[in-house]
Amino acid sequence: MEEQTLKISKIKDGTVIDHIPPGKALKVLSILRIDEKDGNSISIGIRVMSKRLGQKDVIKIENRDLEKFEVDKISLIAPDATISIVKNYEITEKFSVDLPQRLVGIVKCSNTNCITNTKEPVVGEFTLLSKHPLQIRCNYCERTMNEKEATASLF
Amino acid sequence: MLRNRSVVSIADIGNDELSEIFRIADDMEKSLKSGKSLALMNGKIMATFFYEPSTRTRLSFESAMHRLGGSVISVAEAKSSSFAKGETLADTVRMAEGYSDIIVIRHSMEGAARLASRFTNKPIINAGDGSGQHPTQTVLDLYTIKKELGDINGKTVTIVGDLRYGRTVHSLLLALARFDTKVNLVSPPMLKIPDYVMSMLPRDFRVDVVDDLQSVIEDTDVLYVTRIQKERFSDPNEYQSVIGSYSISNETVGSMKQKSIIMHPLPRVDEILPEVDLSPKAAYFRQANNGVPVRMAMISLILG
Ligand SMILES: Nc1ncnc2c1ncn2[C@@H]1O[C@H](COP(=O)(O)OP(=O)(O)O)[C@@H](O)[C@H]1O
Ligand SMILES: [Zn+2]
Repeated sequence: MEEQTLKISKIKDGTVIDHIPPGKALKVLSILRIDEKDGNSISIGIRVMSKRLGQKDVIKIENRDLEKFEVDKISLIAPDATISIVKNYEITEKFSVDLPQRLVGIVKCSNTNCITNTKEPVVGEFTLLSKHPLQIRCNYCERTMNEKEATASLF
Repeated sequence: MLRNRSVVSIADIGNDELSEIFRIADDMEKSLKSGKSLALMNGKIMATFFYEPSTRTRLSFESAMHRLGGSVISVAEAKSSSFAKGETLADTVRMAEGYSDIIVIRHSMEGAARLASRFTNKPIINAGDGSGQHPTQTVLDLYTIKKELGDINGKTVTIVGDLRYGRTVHSLLLALARFDTKVNLVSPPMLKIPDYVMSMLPRDFRVDVVDDLQSVIEDTDVLYVTRIQKERFSDPNEYQSVIGSYSISNETVGSMKQKSIIMHPLPRVDEILPEVDLSPKAAYFRQANNGVPVRMAMISLILG
């Protein structure tokens, strides 16, 4: 299994995002705003075999670090993802994403009549109600959002 | 327990606090009846900001504060002053903080009162935020049920009307879920209860969505009727047809239990025919009158 993933490509320096739920890799790329203009070389494995998940998606991005807010966003759609930092072909750091109990400035409230969607000096703030399936609640208007709504309303 | 705390959502008030409010509201009612004036809030100032029109809620808040011996400052038309000048609510609240001890806000947007509470240390009372919460209305509704029927537990509450936009309904439903009650929800399909409200209820709470009021009327202890707003319908004929099938008449009242009541947050328009007013079951004006002692209790607990 490990072999199959590695077959995709080996990177010298960069980031590996592993254990993404099968089929969600493209969504993760869109969160990272990776598009045709991006200069890094990227390998994507979709529905590769994994011991832990049965199937999983993997993304390997050369010469790219992730910001904290990007990791938080990824955690919304891939709450069990692991992130490995690769330096000179070796993993130098590895951690699991951690969907925070309180999500601040990551998601915008989908309720158009919510006070946070005005020019008031606040950002979207949510409480995590459930990871699987994802459910978060706006700390202001108290509306709940599911994964589909949340990922459609990322800042 | 409520001391110095904001009341934005019904969830901000625990069950013990609710009992305490009820107990003090009883005392307040007695002292109102006796006609003697209170000086509990002497020297305290309440600021009210109503960004949306209100008659009952505003009058009852202001009356409650005056009855307690405190004073009230208010912006006549909050909407046309600060708001129109482009000032944020956050700034308005920080300004008002220096002028008052407690701030009451009614706003057209959901989450407004919560936002206000984040920008001041003074307690904020939510007097209604869009289709969100209206916790003092909910407390007075619960107080009314308890007072009229002796207990909230064991009761079947049937809520009829606009369950989609009606904010009093959302707070009330969440509050009833904390008691041993059964709830029936009756509304036209386009005004049915939003999923996000249903998803906030505990799984074991007994709540039924029913199409036909007649099928549940005989088991109902509390018939809670809300206004169906004409503005929600693009076609006036549709409004007429809907309102016809949801309006409460003496015939409806005739199928109700001996010891049962009809409530309405008011103003009522066509939902309850005037003929019903004469029935002892018609509790809506008594309910409205409970607004003052309940708010007196809440203010005095918060500022006590
Ligand atoms: N040099 C490298 N280049 C690209 N991918 C790598 C490299 N080293 C490890 N990986 C990948 O990083 C992920 C995490 O590696 P590892 O900790 O060994 O696996 P796991 O957490 O699945 O047990 C795996 O998908 C692995 O294939
Ligand atoms: Zn919101």
